[in-house]
Amino acid sequence: MKPTLRIIFPGLFTTIQDAGRYGFQRLGVSLGGALDPVSLRAANLLAGNPACAGAIEALYVGPTFAVEADDARIAFAGADAAIELLASADAVHGERITPMQSVRVRRGQVVRIGSLKNGASLYMAIEGGFDIEPVLGSVSTDCRGKMGGWKGRTLAANDLLPLSRALATERDEYRIEGLDLSPPQRFRTVLGPQNDYFSETAIEGFFASEYTVSAESNRMGLRLDGPPLQHSHGFNIVSDAIATGSIQVPGGGQPIVLLADHQTTGGYPKIATVISADLPAMGRLPIGAKIRFAPTTVDEAARARRAFNATLESLPGKMVRIAPSAAIAAQLVECNLISGVHDAAA
Amino acid sequence: MLDYRVLPAGDTALVVEFGDRVDPRLSAVVLSLAQSLEDERIAGIIETIPTFRSLMVLYEPLVLPAALLIEQIDTQIQKLNSHEIISRVWHLPVCYDPRFAIDLQDVAQRTSLSVQQVVERHSACLYHVYMLGFLPGQAYMGEVASELALDRRPIPRTSIPAGSLAIAGRMSCVFPLETPCGWHIIGCCPVPLWDEVAATALLAPADKVRFVPVSIREYESVAARAAEGVLKIEPVSDFFEAVA
Repeated sequence: MKPTLRIIFPGLFTTIQDAGRYGFQRLGVSLGGALDPVSLRAANLLAGNPACAGAIEALYVGPTFAVEADDARIAFAGADAAIELLASADAVHGERITPMQSVRVRRGQVVRIGSLKNGASLYMAIEGGFDIEPVLGSVSTDCRGKMGGWKGRTLAANDLLPLSRALATERDEYRIEGLDLSPPQRFRTVLGPQNDYFSETAIEGFFASEYTVSAESNRMGLRLDGPPLQHSHGFNIVSDAIATGSIQVPGGGQPIVLLADHQTTGGYPKIATVISADLPAMGRLPIGAKIRFAPTTVDEAARARRAFNATLESLPGKMVRIAPSAAIAAQLVECNLISGVHDAAA
Repeated sequence: MLDYRVLPAGDTALVVEFGDRVDPRLSAVVLSLAQSLEDERIAGIIETIPTFRSLMVLYEPLVLPAALLIEQIDTQIQKLNSHEIISRVWHLPVCYDPRFAIDLQDVAQRTSLSVQQVVERHSACLYHVYMLGFLPGQAYMGEVASELALDRRPIPRTSIPAGSLAIAGRMSCVFPLETPCGWHIIGCCPVPLWDEVAATALLAPADKVRFVPVSIREYESVAARAAEGVLKIEPVSDFFEAVA
């Protein structure tokens, strides 16, 4: 029987994502890819996968699924969550684990991720990855383009996600320590491409104001609430291409930071663009988060990108083996075998 | 001398802008620059996105710093010269029946034309494909007769079916996939403009398109062949155009 994960509850907006679909934007195909590529990478490293393998991306409320493989290794990274490993679908309580670690699960076990805290996105990688054909070189789900990932859509109850491996490799489990996923004080941006559609006052206001992430945000863009930005000559431009991180300002003056699933082209002026080093943190921002922007230059942004890449390369060095004895002890406690409480109550 | 400016779009993309209007001549320059950058195979360029009057270039700044990329772009622009663009002419069937054309009556009212006049004038043009964008395989074709040009509807629809043909300002678009839409739907094209299996677009920038009105019966026959995967659609001819 083909090893799979069987989705019991899909969560709010759960998709398969990798690094995205590069090279086809000229055909109208969105880039897509993980909102938070740092956590995608961390989850994959913990699971023993290539850094940008396709993983499950959960937003706000994660999925519940049953393991229908003899044995598998899964790993979580991203927002906080009280992840529960249940012995079966009928179990009420199970072992609790936190993100930033790998764990081995066995046939029949149910994994319940639940609500995310202090962040919008959580990634779950599985050793060996999902057995899914890439479309245009990527397994990212493009919901607008209805392609890639699992049937070009968000996961639904009873989906059977095919796995590439039937068994986990015999090895210890790991966690990642000391990876800072907190948002920057100010998100750095480069002005443009259409900053000339805004007055000096509007641009000063943009950098002086605090914005709140609105509930209408999604994988296409973070909608921000704050003081409206005045256009100096209209809010329609001849449609041009959109870069991920560009901040477009429609007629109402409330900015939208364009994220992974943004459409390839659009007709609103873009006041500034969040630099590549700060974009993954943008992808972690939950609804209600308060943020500010700061101006920087293209040269500064390139230096920040180099530093960001160094952080990514330091990830394997942050992996700490979870002592097998501690792991077993934790499982035994969970089973009430060495706690003494079990005997006392019996 | 070509007038252009280079605008940053963050640290991994920039925009080479040749003007601020919809103009087939600007579009031709954009496409020529895209082609010449592709031919040069410059290390550090990830991809380019041609639009009406500008070319976006995505790049890896740690391989190709912005200043060096801009130098390369300047060099390529100096080398752009007059040449001939060979594109294709397509005849695409469109059913303008009210079953699909949910806004046709409304468009007739807004333009003070009869429904028949709207259809005649919309299908009389040979449209120019300026660019692809918004959805996979979606072409921006222009320009519609000035009396047919309409701004967005006040309330966008949450969903229109794949193949819907719209008037979008001075452009006409066929939406290759089901999508939310704020434009005026005046028909449906049964020919898939996006091949999901091969992941290819039927139309390319610089192509020419004529919409040929068909009956519901003909629409269904073409749609059925498309669904079976046996629809063969070929350009009716090539189109030669000198670009200055």
